[in-house]
Amino acid sequence: MNNFTYKKVETINEAVQEISKNKKANFIAGGTNLIDLWKYDLAHPESLIDINSVSTMKQIKVLESGGLSLGALVTNSDTAYDAIVSTKYPLLSRAILAGASAQIRNSATNGGNLLQRTRCYYFYDKTSPCNKRNPGSGCPAKNGLNRMHAILGTSENCIAVFPSDMCIALAALDATVNVSGPNGDRKIAFTDFHRLAGNSPEKDNNLEHDEIITGLTLPNEDFSQYYSYLKLRDRNSYAFALVSVATAMRLEHNKIETIRIALGGVAHKPWRDFEAEQFLEGKEPNRKNFTEAAKMIIKTAKGYGDNDFKIELSVKAIVRNCMMALHPETQRPGAQPSL
Amino acid sequence: MKTSQEIGKPINRLEGNLKVTGAAKYAGEYNVGDLSHGYIANSTITKGKIIEIDESKAAAVPGVITIITHKNRTKLPWFDMLYADMDAPPGTPFKPLYDENILYNGQPIALVVAETFETARFAASLLAITYEEEAFETELAAHLDEARDPKKGMATAIKPLPPADKGDFEAAYKDAFARYEGEFTHGAEHHNPLELFATTTVYDGKGKLTVYDKTQGTSNCQLYIANVFGLHYNDVRVLSPFVGGGFGSGLRPQYQLFLCVMASLMLKRNVRVAMDRTQMFSFGHRPQTIQKTKFGANSEGIVTALNHTAIAETSQFEDYTEVVVNWGNMLYPAQNTSLDYKLVPLDVFTPMDMRAPGGSTGMHAIEATMDALSYELNIDPMEFRLLNYSEVDASENKPYSSKELKECYKQGAEKFGWKNRASKPRATKRGNRLVGTGMSTGIWDVIALPAKAKAKFSKDGKLKVTSAVTDIGTGTKTIMTQIAADSFAVAIDDVTFDHGDSDMPMAPIQGGSYTTGVVGSAVKAACKALQKKLFKKAKNISDSPLSGLKITDVVFKNAAIYSKEDFSKFINYKDIVVADGKNWIAASKSNIPNLLELKKYTRAAHSAAFVEVEVDEELGIVNVTRAVTAVAAGKIINPKTARSQILGGMVWGISKALREETMTDHNLGKYMNTNLGEYHIPVHADIHDLDVVFVDEKDDIINELGSKGVGEIGLASMAPAIANAIFHATGKRINKFPIHFDDLM
Repeated sequence: MNNFTYKKVETINEAVQEISKNKKANFIAGGTNLIDLWKYDLAHPESLIDINSVSTMKQIKVLESGGLSLGALVTNSDTAYDAIVSTKYPLLSRAILAGASAQIRNSATNGGNLLQRTRCYYFYDKTSPCNKRNPGSGCPAKNGLNRMHAILGTSENCIAVFPSDMCIALAALDATVNVSGPNGDRKIAFTDFHRLAGNSPEKDNNLEHDEIITGLTLPNEDFSQYYSYLKLRDRNSYAFALVSVATAMRLEHNKIETIRIALGGVAHKPWRDFEAEQFLEGKEPNRKNFTEAAKMIIKTAKGYGDNDFKIELSVKAIVRNCMMALHPETQRPGAQPSL
Repeated sequence: MKTSQEIGKPINRLEGNLKVTGAAKYAGEYNVGDLSHGYIANSTITKGKIIEIDESKAAAVPGVITIITHKNRTKLPWFDMLYADMDAPPGTPFKPLYDENILYNGQPIALVVAETFETARFAASLLAITYEEEAFETELAAHLDEARDPKKGMATAIKPLPPADKGDFEAAYKDAFARYEGEFTHGAEHHNPLELFATTTVYDGKGKLTVYDKTQGTSNCQLYIANVFGLHYNDVRVLSPFVGGGFGSGLRPQYQLFLCVMASLMLKRNVRVAMDRTQMFSFGHRPQTIQKTKFGANSEGIVTALNHTAIAETSQFEDYTEVVVNWGNMLYPAQNTSLDYKLVPLDVFTPMDMRAPGGSTGMHAIEATMDALSYELNIDPMEFRLLNYSEVDASENKPYSSKELKECYKQGAEKFGWKNRASKPRATKRGNRLVGTGMSTGIWDVIALPAKAKAKFSKDGKLKVTSAVTDIGTGTKTIMTQIAADSFAVAIDDVTFDHGDSDMPMAPIQGGSYTTGVVGSAVKAACKALQKKLFKKAKNISDSPLSGLKITDVVFKNAAIYSKEDFSKFINYKDIVVADGKNWIAASKSNIPNLLELKKYTRAAHSAAFVEVEVDEELGIVNVTRAVTAVAAGKIINPKTARSQILGGMVWGISKALREETMTDHNLGKYMNTNLGEYHIPVHADIHDLDVVFVDEKDDIINELGSKGVGEIGLASMAPAIANAIFHATGKRINKFPIHFDDLM
């Protein structure tokens, strides 16, 4: 761990000013990922800007539009257990509670959740080649241990996956990411926030160095009747998803009026397939239709050996979760499969 | 008159309060004055040579005191024997910082010592090392054709090689009515006790050292340090009063001890060296092993042919062995057997005993094969084991010193509700989940070793017993206190058991489930010797009520010596000490087992595990919904701490069957999931209803206490029972560990 300077800021403006001063400056909020990366000798901030006192980023409030604003500094726990979130957006609560551990959720913030880095073994081992950590050095995961790795939207350079649970629900709920920077504020649609690895796997997302996530907006849409989050992993808690699925839908006369399906653990970003969702709209919510949609979603999937199972698993998981969404009351702890 | 009052009581851990309040100090927590901190740099290549270590950037960091490498280390002995600790397998022990050669990935290559831990760690990250790499091999499956017999050595005495073939296996297997042939695999596993390996060395001057070390053997580390650094045995004191888990990882002195002591001697300063979690994967581990079985049975369900072979990895420098294939014929008396155990040296560190070493490996193959054969024969799996039950150990034709395994089957099955199960696989469902039950036998041997203890009684009525033995979290301190109270006949509140200090009477390294029997017998012997001494002194007191009596004429009870004939004639222990004119009276005693007598018997603890699993039919997700393990382990000194040991073993069984493995990238020759986020051990959400039954078992042969130890037996039977339950649930027999959900999808 290198030496560093530390500064506490009180306002968003101050935060943006400070981060603009040094390319090797980092914001710190919950610190649950940054400190790990630092100890592993992967992150080396020269300047740490503590944003925990920026009070405007610490609220959950209903907007005039009827949507909900989630401050970037609200903890994952406080978000999951918030009265409005858990009644109007229960999918988000369930996804958050399927992630990490209670202790981490108590410290981790909503903004930080978006910025967590991949858990690829090779990324975390500073002496292994890794295009994400050290561009141009290679990707040993492709011919190595890739049980946890991506099957969708992969690139020759990187097959890492984005590890969040919360973000899979946010992608399904069409959230917006609110960002401030030296040139003012901007909004980024959730599915445009994270990137595919492509030719620059070192970039996880489209946030600029001198920008700060101030919060998230959830649209005024009700998915509180039919929803489910399924997380398949190697143990029942404190493990990242090998495949996870967030489903939210509304029915009309036993036909699907609207459906959202987002996948985690399969790509460098939360995965949505608008074509498959469109295909389901107007159709009956049954196994046959869900299976067909699931097959559309994994049409371009590619396995790398250890993770070949994820292709078939994704189909089964999508179908199961869509069926579970019709019976949210059956959900088991830890987003385990039910029914 | 009651002779046993404390033994058998489920009392709480005596040091529990210290542990949960943080008052118990571990090796890396002694904040002595003038302390400097060492951080270890490890090799990032798997095999080859160090060409150059550029220290300039690291040395320039303010606060760095020194950087120790193979180039500037103190003079070290070249003679291998001096590096051989009490648990060293045959071969050449690893010598840290000895020369430029890299033998495995993660090998320690430098120690950066600084004024603070953070400075040392940061400076270590700035070392620039140039290597010359060589081709390496880490994959066992790719080198099976190189398997060879292990070298023999001291270790072979405790870990016998497989017995010779019996009868004619090939003919019997060919003639068998039912057969099963299986191949069983598991990868490397690492112990990962919660407490990280750490050493704090206090430089006392004039070549004297006080060393706080995380270890399972203070005497072992004392011997190692004295030999390697040419110090007088009495000038090295190693303390380890609290140990945050061992599981075998502390049976050998680890390299942080070596580096810490070396730095302290070079700098003449107090030094601490602590490993980080990644470094916990850079020494011994449970070896990758590939096993093959072929069992055949006749139409009555009697196993007639038994073939079990195992090939395990070892390092290029030591031949680590385990007892893997011997257990089957100890349990099931097949007359035609063929057993073989071989090693393949790879470019890894020497494997190391990890809870139920060899036993948990072998039982997986044996008990899954027995299970498969029972389905072939259409006989209930437990009934099949009872049909093949033997009161003698057929592998060596010896009687058991005691064997209440049949009671384990009976009581375990009763508690679990075994008889209600469906006989066919895939017959029971709950919603989308298939439900299955499975069982397995467990066996673990009882090892006898010498140990010594000292007992002293003070004039204010307190008994203090000491032994160098550690307490690796198993409850050793508590049960030794119970044993001492009963052996000496005093109230437990008046007894203190101190331990974990090499200045105390010598004890063997704490492992193999033998500490209760071995050290417990020494504690009992010391207490008995002290009673004898008190009696002698009591007789010499003027007007002694016991004068003229022989030791056979008295009883020791309630902290006093009574005449058997006349209970009004007695002397309190305290009064004897007072009359003696000193503060206390002490006696030391070694307990040396009669090996010639013991060798006439097979000595083993037994268990039977019963497990229910639910498997999601479509997605393969497995949950162990309930399990019962019944154990026959002789006298249970403390049912509460013993139960915790068995529960811990059962949790580990869930881990072994379904969760843990160290993942090796064979292209890079290194372990990749070297943290507790990715090295999966069970979490609370994985553990459901677990229960333990201890069956009564009397054994007058094994040791003074009739106690067999419970450290490993709970693990031995658990993992195969899970695999067998998964077969019953799904009809799929998965013979590799861990079983992942995608294996069942």
